[in-house]
Amino acid sequence: MSTLEAALQARPEPPASASQAGQACKVVVRGLNFYYGSKRALENISIEIPANLVTAFIGPSGCGKSTFLRTLNRMNDIIPGTRVDGEVKIDGRDIYAGGLDVVALRRRVGMVFQKSNPFPKSIFENIAYGVRINGMARSRADLQERVEESLRQAAIWEEVKDRLHESALALSGGQQQRLCIARALAVKPDVLLMDEPASALDPIATQRIEELIYQLKSDYTIVIVTHNMQQAARVSDLTAFFWLGRLVEVGPTDRIFTNPGQKLTEDYVTGRFG
Amino acid sequence: MAPGNVPHFQEELDQLKSRLLEMGGLAEDRMSASVRALVDRDHGLVEKVLAGDTPINQLHIEIDGRCVRLLALHQPMAVDLRMILSAVKINTDLERVGDLAINIAEAALRYLAHPPVKELIDIPRMADIAQGMLRDALDAFVRRDTQLAQQVLDADDTLDALKTQVFRELLTYMLQDPHTIEPSLDLILVSRHLERVGDHATNIAEDVIFMVSARDVRHHAH
Repeated sequence: MSTLEAALQARPEPPASASQAGQACKVVVRGLNFYYGSKRALENISIEIPANLVTAFIGPSGCGKSTFLRTLNRMNDIIPGTRVDGEVKIDGRDIYAGGLDVVALRRRVGMVFQKSNPFPKSIFENIAYGVRINGMARSRADLQERVEESLRQAAIWEEVKDRLHESALALSGGQQQRLCIARALAVKPDVLLMDEPASALDPIATQRIEELIYQLKSDYTIVIVTHNMQQAARVSDLTAFFWLGRLVEVGPTDRIFTNPGQKLTEDYVTGRFG
Repeated sequence: MAPGNVPHFQEELDQLKSRLLEMGGLAEDRMSASVRALVDRDHGLVEKVLAGDTPINQLHIEIDGRCVRLLALHQPMAVDLRMILSAVKINTDLERVGDLAINIAEAALRYLAHPPVKELIDIPRMADIAQGMLRDALDAFVRRDTQLAQQVLDADDTLDALKTQVFRELLTYMLQDPHTIEPSLDLILVSRHLERVGDHATNIAEDVIFMVSARDVRHHAH
């Protein structure tokens, strides 16, 4: 057994509460296991994710942080041969219980991916599409209003307002990513999952995304996966450290980065790892 | 990336700056109150200074906490990094000024138990200079004004000269009349404390020069 494993096994009960900030819990996960075929990728994860804060998942490649993020809106369902047990409750309702409308779930729990993936359509249509198929606009004016509101929320309106009917693919990488965030916001989600949202962007575009995350948290519960520890430090209120499919520690970001409770976490945030 | 352009990071830097100024204001007030209490023979004011250390101590801890947080979470670079490092040091200097105000008040308390040795002229003058240096050093910090910081460094010599003068003068009183030894020693201590306030203002001015122009002017390393 490696020293790291020994350190992990020596720790007390798995940390369960992330709600130190006294915020209501939006997402409560209990005893979650996830399998790719026979390989267990997530082991007994329990965590509480408070509303209106940014929670960051950090950890080395392959530690399960993205897999875990995708369990929160059942995005893993589309991967064949996967299996999940345990409980994920959002607003008190178990999202893996039978009879749940997965499409409605994914509307409420929006997602932004590492690589921006706008539809090969106009900027306007990228936003309008979800609003329309969800029957969320009563009129053309209503739709236009929703598109503008979403683009404003994603801090991209000023840059695109004069070319809404041009192709979204003509935008820069950073703009495309903010467009994808606007697209996710347009269907009025409660929770926004972000999987490495800035890892393909240059520093200036990254900074804009980070500032956007900071502004959005008053209206949304945000969960972000990042392999960039400094980014987690800058944008999040809570940080959860994953290692080998296990949740090692979760706590207020300033504590995790100044005085983590676990030796493993300290080794990781100080770069003495791997 | 330079997080200096990130609005919410900038906001936190501004808050740090304003907390430091608040701390500076408190330190300055307490120092001048302690000298006023001595000169006016105001027992009530002495007691007030002795009892009022808590806000400055709380700010000392709060400001350090902010600095640690900013360093750990934002990995500041260049001028932002130097600003936070300076803030940590300025914070310590200001807290020491607060402690010196207590020391002056303690000396005043002992001094007031005796008849006055002489009319106090140079000590209030020293207090004015020290207070001015402290204020200028903090103004220089806020305005990022290295010229003003340099003036603070230059003013320190006057303060040192006055301290020596106070000592020499009181020595003559003590030689003439041993009854004045005890109260004179307290006045010498006060002049020594005021001279130390000037040293802390000097440290702050040096930090300002470091923060703005990345030059280290300490220990005459010009």
